[in-house]
Amino acid sequence: MFLRSFPLLCLLAFASFFTACTDDTDTNLNPAPSQPGTLDVEIDHVAGTEPLAFNTTYTTAAGDKFTVSRFKYYLSNFTLGKTDGSSYLVPESYFLVDEADPESKFFTLADIPSGDYTSLSFTIGVDSTRNVSGAQTGALDPINNMFWTWDSGYIFTKLEGTSPQAPNQALVFHIGGFKKPNNTIRSVSPTLRGVTIPIRKDRNPAVHLKADVLRLFTGPNTIRFATTPNVMGGADAVKIADNQRAGFFTVDHVHTN
Amino acid sequence: MGFSSFWRCWLVVAAVSALLSGCEPDPPSPTPFSATPYDLQIPGGLPARPAIPADNLLTVEGVALGRMLFYEPRLSRNNTLSCGSCHQQSKAFTDGRARALGVDGQQHQRSTMSLANVLWEFSLNWDGAARSLEDQARLPLENPVEMHQTLGEGVRKLQQTDLYPPLFEKAFGSRLITEANLLKALAQFERTLLSANSRYDRYLRREADLTRDEQMGALLFRSHPGEVGGIFVRGAACHHCHLETTGLFSSPEFFNNGLDAAFADTGRGGITGQVADQGKFRAPSLRNIALTAPYMHDGRFQTLEDVVDHYNEHVERASPFLDPNLLLSNTPNGTKLDLTAKEKQQLIAFLRTLTDSAFIKDPRFSNPFQL
Repeated sequence: MFLRSFPLLCLLAFASFFTACTDDTDTNLNPAPSQPGTLDVEIDHVAGTEPLAFNTTYTTAAGDKFTVSRFKYYLSNFTLGKTDGSSYLVPESYFLVDEADPESKFFTLADIPSGDYTSLSFTIGVDSTRNVSGAQTGALDPINNMFWTWDSGYIFTKLEGTSPQAPNQALVFHIGGFKKPNNTIRSVSPTLRGVTIPIRKDRNPAVHLKADVLRLFTGPNTIRFATTPNVMGGADAVKIADNQRAGFFTVDHVHTN
Repeated sequence: MGFSSFWRCWLVVAAVSALLSGCEPDPPSPTPFSATPYDLQIPGGLPARPAIPADNLLTVEGVALGRMLFYEPRLSRNNTLSCGSCHQQSKAFTDGRARALGVDGQQHQRSTMSLANVLWEFSLNWDGAARSLEDQARLPLENPVEMHQTLGEGVRKLQQTDLYPPLFEKAFGSRLITEANLLKALAQFERTLLSANSRYDRYLRREADLTRDEQMGALLFRSHPGEVGGIFVRGAACHHCHLETTGLFSSPEFFNNGLDAAFADTGRGGITGQVADQGKFRAPSLRNIALTAPYMHDGRFQTLEDVVDHYNEHVERASPFLDPNLLLSNTPNGTKLDLTAKEKQQLIAFLRTLTDSAFIKDPRFSNPFQL
């Protein structure tokens, strides 16, 4: 008898707990509960002022010439913030963006609580929890060739190409690692340029991001291909991750439609 | 308990159907079709979730039919070749030839590919010409330098037999053979060809040992040469294209592995039309690699020693859009991979541990017409 009613009791207890929470906080911010909306994210890849194309020669700020033949990276944990300091983390937001796959540069964050958001932040890479456990499906499937091992975790950013300055011409940058001292997980919050993102059921806002490959090699740390052409995690990966945090992503513009 | 609730459920269904049929004029009552779900056991060491299309789930009847079709020579122009002629189980579903030989004695441009664990491959054929096994099967059946017969003609031949119409009925609910159902059955059989019981798999499961040389070879296989944290690591970096972490030893991507400076076969570029894809091919699975000689898309290398020599010493560095991982060296600033002779032997010793002798003898995969 007790067992029979136990689930019901649990449900009631949970429901009342949930209601209590709602009374305390959300009601004040959102007097009328409204339906969630979406945010489109579109990413352009560039090398400085030029659009990125495979096997085209670009020049770093330090003057090294290079081409790109493979460029892909993870973005995760998209979080939208309001002026009052509250924020919403989009659950299970893991995306593998691949220059070779144009469709991967456009995705939609769904079921975001309605509201006016003034900041957007996200992680370049995969959070440490998912590096060591959890479902490896979709973007996180090891079959995507972005996974080392449970011990080493995911490759967060992969850029491969060539450079005449590199000792054997090869450029192989596999940025990853989630353990100290070589943790390369970086969260960024590129400015929305003062634009507020209106999330509503009947609206279709979009953020256009720009990822600049030149910024992998310049910023807090200058990367020269003569000495650092080949990175598989480790201390050099940390230097590039710090560059990524500093200015790899910018918001080009926001559509509030 | 489970049984009684099953019957209760059945009674409800029966009662509802009786009611419904009572309300309607007598419809023609077709025999309800249902085939038996095939319980595909995915061995540990392979990806857990195979990509099986929802409109072609495996059934016992479909797989059994697919196996017969796989070994059915009437699917070739002069009834002499079946899929199994070039995809021979004893050679991990390859043929031992540098390039495949078609029904008219013509030589194919490319080498026969193994079918082990093919259900996880995103793209098929050396150039990714097909994206599903259902689509892929039509290509060798109809290609003039392979089996050289339209699928429609194959269907017509099989429809005239006593053997096949009842088997198609069991698998798909109709004695009328269709091209789509023929391709589906072949794909179902191919999806059962799982190989994950090599000595290396048993080593990972702690059921077998590898020699020291084999273990060193495995380490070289998955090590990226270069300085890491102040230590210079030696490696062959095979794992960038032959992913061992998935258990498949293949990749969803395409690579130029430095065979030629100019391409006789444009490979992936022939499919995408992109200049940067010219000379790129799939990195096929290395499972059972010791059984699938000769090697490369055109079978140019006879032995694994030749293959390792290529990657170690003969990469065509001027090849357009060469994969940068092929430029790596175990010598700082070196221009060749520079494994030692001993390391090359270790690498090959490891590759030989990927042979799955149970797979090539599994009676479920053999020719059902030769029992």
